Parts: sequence; structure tokens; C-alpha cells
Amino acid sequence: MSAPFSWIRPEPHGIHVVPADCWIDPSRAVDRALVTHGHADHARGGHGATIATPETLAIMKLRYNTDEGTQAVHYGETITLLGNVSATYIPAGHVLGSAQILLEHAGERVVVTGDYKRRTDPTCPPFEVTPCDIFITEATFGLPLFTHPPIEEEMAKLLARLAAHPDSCVLVGAYALGKAQRVIAELRRAGHHEPIYLHGAMEKMCRLYEEFGVDLGPLRLVSDHTKDDMRGHIVICPPSALNDRWSRRLPDPITAMASGWMRVRQRARQRNVELPLIISDHADWNELTRTIEEVNPAESWITHGREEALLRWCQLHQRRARALALVGYEDEDD
Amino acid sequence: MEQFAALLDALVYTSSRNAKLALIADYLHQTPDPDRGWALAALTDGLDFKAVKASTIRNLMKERVDPVLWSLSRDFVGDTAETASLLWPNPIGETLPPPSVSETVDMLQAMNRTSVITELPRLLDRLDVSGRYALIKLATGAMRIGISARLGKVAFAQGFGVSVDDVEEYWHGIAPPYTELFDWAAHGKAPPDTENMPLFRPFMLAHPLEDGTVDLADYVAEWKWDGIRVQLVHAGGETRLYSRSGDDITATFPEMAEALTIPAVLDGELLVQGQHQGGETGGAASFNALQQRLGRKTVSKKMLSEFPAFVRLYDALGLEGEDLRKLPWEQRRQRLEAFLPRLPATRFDLSQIVEARDFAHLAQIREGTRADAIEGLMLKRRDSPYVAGRKTGLWYKWKRDPLLIDCVLMYAQRGSGKRSSFYSDYTFGCWDGDPDKGAELLPVGKAYSGFTDTELKWLDKYVRQHTINRFGPVRETDKSLTFEVAFDSVHLSKRHKSGLAMRFPRIHRIRKDKPVHEADRIDTLRAMVRD
Repeated sequence: MSAPFSWIRPEPHGIHVVPADCWIDPSRAVDRALVTHGHADHARGGHGATIATPETLAIMKLRYNTDEGTQAVHYGETITLLGNVSATYIPAGHVLGSAQILLEHAGERVVVTGDYKRRTDPTCPPFEVTPCDIFITEATFGLPLFTHPPIEEEMAKLLARLAAHPDSCVLVGAYALGKAQRVIAELRRAGHHEPIYLHGAMEKMCRLYEEFGVDLGPLRLVSDHTKDDMRGHIVICPPSALNDRWSRRLPDPITAMASGWMRVRQRARQRNVELPLIISDHADWNELTRTIEEVNPAESWITHGREEALLRWCQLHQRRARALALVGYEDEDD
Repeated sequence: MEQFAALLDALVYTSSRNAKLALIADYLHQTPDPDRGWALAALTDGLDFKAVKASTIRNLMKERVDPVLWSLSRDFVGDTAETASLLWPNPIGETLPPPSVSETVDMLQAMNRTSVITELPRLLDRLDVSGRYALIKLATGAMRIGISARLGKVAFAQGFGVSVDDVEEYWHGIAPPYTELFDWAAHGKAPPDTENMPLFRPFMLAHPLEDGTVDLADYVAEWKWDGIRVQLVHAGGETRLYSRSGDDITATFPEMAEALTIPAVLDGELLVQGQHQGGETGGAASFNALQQRLGRKTVSKKMLSEFPAFVRLYDALGLEGEDLRKLPWEQRRQRLEAFLPRLPATRFDLSQIVEARDFAHLAQIREGTRADAIEGLMLKRRDSPYVAGRKTGLWYKWKRDPLLIDCVLMYAQRGSGKRSSFYSDYTFGCWDGDPDKGAELLPVGKAYSGFTDTELKWLDKYVRQHTINRFGPVRETDKSLTFEVAFDSVHLSKRHKSGLAMRFPRIHRIRKDKPVHEADRIDTLRAMVRD
């Protein structure tokens, strides 16, 4: 009998599940990878085998051309890996297909959250609290200043600005996978049924969401339309295109960005954002701490972002915790 | 307060100068007196509440938030007011409605060091995040939101259709909330009476010459002295000394206030007496000596005798009640020269004209200025009137070329304001011997500027990827990057372990190509000292 939890090892390039000879979200190519979701800091091509939800596999096929050696696992489904390890995929509420992975071995339970949030999101099923011994949590917004307002408020801000400038368009920078589709779906929920114009880089992912049953309403491509068509409308582009020459084809765009970082004024300033929309697909500080309380693990391992503050919170609340130093996780666009 | 908070937010999120001007002008039009006057004072850094300091805010927060979580948050945000506005706990139960700007100002003015601890929280409880941000910015007196005092005045002038020069002129004689200024500009009443008041007049400034040349038939050359530019004003029986930004620094240099007793407005360089700069009669000490005197609210006798100040005069804006600003430089200079004998010689001398046959000869003279610890040359159009700010073609500054040295990046810290969250403050070092024989790096300076936005992003990433240690907000790097650092001069200093202090160091080039063991040694830097 080996030492407790010696079968799971955080390494700089991912979490190594030793007896199963596989890795969770490895940042370099490995023989066998369990992938939580399709964002580039978690998913990559080149693995021998890729095990993920059908949605995540579809996203990976689109983005990284991952085709061979894939194994689909549905939410709630448990698969058996080598070395008597089992893995269960559980909704994480982050983006389409995103999953937490519950690993069980020798009576010990470890949950890897990947990225997650606790707010309702019309584009993916909600996060499920799963009891475990070790909870490996993200901490992208792990500072107490990050509290995301209700998304309805941010949508109201966006629609009010649009209504006040009927001759302009509002250009919303949003991460192409997840954020863009959630913003569109939330606009529809808020009663906005006008066509929404897309940067070319957004199109395929939106179509993929629709194939998985997410209704996004009427979508148009910017490249098919004139300036005048887009006056008084919302245009969505990846954050990198916000201050790009590309936006010159738009009618007097008001620059908005949908991101949790918009909580901090200077972050918005640095991107020349005129209308900051605090919308994130990650848990905010209160959700991170509430989730640790609800999951109530024996120990929390903290990664992806501002580990120090969450570690401090755990200390203050007499909870065992440690920070992991994984390479390559810096989700600046969310 | 909500409208003022909304104005601040809008200003933060607006980059175009014209749009900012329009936002401020709109606010000034729509807001009643005296709220708009207080707001304008806040925007132009004209407010100071004795009881509220940045430390007050930190102390209030540390009673409410775990100190570690507070400092991690503060470090991330890069702005105390914003961090506090975000972390302030929402009050439980009913609160009073938000206060107006003038109500806020009245309450802040009434607070003392003790009452602030209970009164300021009550105000904060009445506001939301944006309101709290605006309140703390207003209360602590430093906006730092990219609005200069000048921009506020231009917005005022544009908003009410008056001349900005007039606004500048009247501004300094009036205290917030500037009721007389609004009466004049918005309601057409007589302008404020500024006769017989020792008012600050905006400085005339120079453009850098860059690579151009000028014809010495049209331009005269003067040394650019390495002190601080000041304006000395005597009117209505009172003397005031102003710094370049218009701050009243009379109390720091009382000997200068005593030295001028004739009505005049004089422009010059404040220096400490010594034998260093130029070696003329009444020669000046190096900037290091002047630094001993700067920033002090009271001055000891010892200071006054050890580091006696004087002003090297450049210009006269007014003499004995006569405004000279419209006269050409040559005539002002003649008047100044004629006036000089009436001033005490221990406290005043005249900035010498640098005679040269032609521009090439002047360039040669400038080359030779290094040893004299002069900043460079000033080139002034002989017929130039004295006008506020920088007007193209009138005055040029022609600084000597900077000194250069190759240093190694050692530590980095996040910046604030527009650079918040970026690792933009760099400490760099030189070798204390032969790096191949076990020499170590000693920090020699810090730089915050000289790089482009693209380079900043690259450097920020570099720091994150090459961190080997963290000390609170400071990251220690693996010392793998060479910088070429430019600086104006270097002096002996007891404050630094290396025993040296550089003046105005900035990153000249990032030398990705240069291995760190080829960076310069401390000895090289020490050889550049001219103290």
C-alpha cells in the first residue's frame, strides 16, 4: 500500500495520474490525456489518446484538428482507466462541454475542476458540487476584489449604450470559445432579437454551438455587410481584434469587452475599452470560497491564477490547502 | 456624488482628449454651484484634506479586510482608491442616500485625524463602488486618472467660451470652489481681481530640438542648468516661490522669499551654492546638494547654512507692476539685466548667454558640457514673447546626449495607473568584479520608462517567466537579461549599497543579444561620477 494520494502528482506540465499513465490537461503532448474543456491553455493537439466530453472533442477537432485516438465520455459517465483508476466527467458550467473530472483510486477521491463557474449559463449545464478528498480548484479570479455582477446588469448596460447611439455599433470583444456564445445567448434572453454581426473567427464556433442545440438567433458575418447595415447593431469579435485595423470597417464602433478583468478600471484602460462588461466564465471570489465550503474536501490544491489569496483564505478558515505551480496557465482574455 | 462618480468613470474609459474635454464641459454645465467648483478642484488636484491621507484609507481597510488579502489585492490593482472601493464591505441595513459633492467636501473638511476613523466609513457606506472610488480619489487629493490640471482648465474655457489664458491667469488667485471664476465665465460678471496678488503665471516651456538646427541670428543659446525651474513672485507685499507645476514651495526656501522685496515675476533655476556647475561666480553645487533641500516643509538653520539656495535668473515676466510678457525676449533680457543690481547678489545671478560663432560651434560647446554637469543648452528665439506652455518654434531644449551603461535586470515590480498589473518598474545592477571569477551583481538603479508598450508587454512576460523568488510585490528574476540604460549623470550616494545614484535612468535598449556576463561593472559606472 503506497502513501495516500501518491497516485496523483501535480507536475509543471499537468496533473499526472500515475497508475493510469495519463495526464489531465497536459500542456505538452502525452500518450493519454484527460481534457476538461476546449480552451487552449487546457486542450492541445498531438496526444496519443484524448478523453473528453463529445462537445469538447468536437471543439478540439475544430480548433486543433484532434481526430484520431479520441474517446468520448458523457456527463455522469464513469470510465475505467489503467491501474484501477476510474474517471467520471461532471459538468463544470464553464463553457460548452466543460467538465470536472472525478478520479477514484484505492478508495480515495480527487476532483479536478478545470475552469468553472457557478452562475447559470444558457450554453452549458451547471456546475455540480461533488464531494471528494482532494479538490483541485482553479483560481483565475482568486482575489476578493473580483465579484462579478449579475449578467442581467451587464446586458442592460450594453443594450442601453446601443440604444443611445443608433448610428454607431457596439463592438464587443469576447473570447471566441464560450464567452461570445454566452453573450449572444444572454442578449437573446434579454429580449434582443436583432441580427448580431460576427468577426470571421467567431463563425465556426457559433455554428458548432448551434449544432449542439444552443439557439443563438440571427447571426451575420461582418465581411458580408456594409457599414450602414451594422449601424445600431452589436458586433462581436475576439479581444485581439478590438484595436485592430479590422475594426475600421465598422460604423463608429463603441469598444466594449466582456471579461472578468473589466472589474479593474486600468485593465479596461489598457485595452482602450470604453464600455467594460464584467462577464466571466470563471468563478468569482465568493463562488470560489463558497465552492470550497460546499465541496468540503480534506485538502484543496489551488492552481490557474491567483493562488496566494485563495491559499490565505483557506488558512484563515482552517482548511488544508496548497498551491500548485503549473506551467502555461494564464487566462488573460477571459 | 453619483454624477461626479459617473464623470470620473467616463473619463477613465475615454482616451480621446476632445471627448474628455466634452465630458468635463458637459458636467460643468449641468452641475450647480458649488458642486461643480469642488469637482473642478478635485480634477485639477486643487483639494487637500488634512485628515485624509492614503495611509488613512489603508488603515481603514486593514480593520475590515485581512491584511494579506488587502496587499495582494492592492498589488494587483495598482491603485489604493480603486482597491478600497472594490473591497469595502457593503453596509448592513438602511443607509443614508449618497451625499452631494459639496456635502462631501464640507464633511471631509470638518474631519480631524481622530474623527476621520468613524466619519469617513459613514460616507463610504452611503456610496456604491464607483461612488466610493470617486470619494477616495477626491478625499486623498490625487486623482491620477490621466487628467492634467491643464486639461481641466481647457475644458472649463471651452465649456464656457472664454480664453484659456485668462482662465490660467485668474485661476491661481482664487480658491475652490472657484465661485468668482464661474460667475465670470458662466454668468458674465466682471473677472476676478488679481492685481496685487503674488500669483503663479504658467511657465513658458521648450520643445526638444531633436535633430534640427537653428540659425543663431534668430536664436540665442543659454545653459540649461541642472536644478529646479522656479518662479519667484513679489506682489502686494508678499513673496511666493512656485515650482514648475505651480506648487507653492515658499516654505521650503525661506531665504529666497526674503531676498525679493520689489514687485516682480521672475523665472529662473533654483540651485544650491557651490563650486560645481559651470564654475562662474556664485557657482552651484550638484543636483544632489539641492535634493537635500527639496520636499521639506520646515528648514533647519543648519540646512540653510550648509545648502544655501540661490536663483539663476532666466527671464522676467513682470517688473514693478509692468507686464513684460508680450515684449520680445531680447527686450525682456535687457530689462532683467538692468534690474539685477537691485537684487541681493548672494541670492541671484544671471544665466549666462553662451556665445558661439555658428551652430556647429555651439554643437562643439555642447559636447564639452559633460564635465560641467549642465543638462544641456536652451535655444530661445530672440523675438519670442513669454507665452504659457510649449509653442512650436519659440524655445528649444537641447540636452546633451545621455550616458549609457549595460546593466542586468535583477528585480521587477508592478506599476500603477496605466501600467497597473504590468511588471514595469525594473531594478538593475552591475557586476562588482569579474563575473567569470565569482563577482556578484549589485543594484545600481531603477527605471520605469524608456520602453514602448510592445516592449513593456514583452518585459512583463519575461519577468513572469524568469521569476526565481518573490518578496511581497517584488519579483526577483534569474538575472538573464541585459538592458542598456541611459542616464543624465551619476553621483556618489550613501543610500545605495553600490554607493552610486543615477539621475533619470531609463531603459535605452533591451539587449536580448548581449550575454549578462558582458554587462558593465560598478567601476565603469563609478568612473562616470563628476561630483
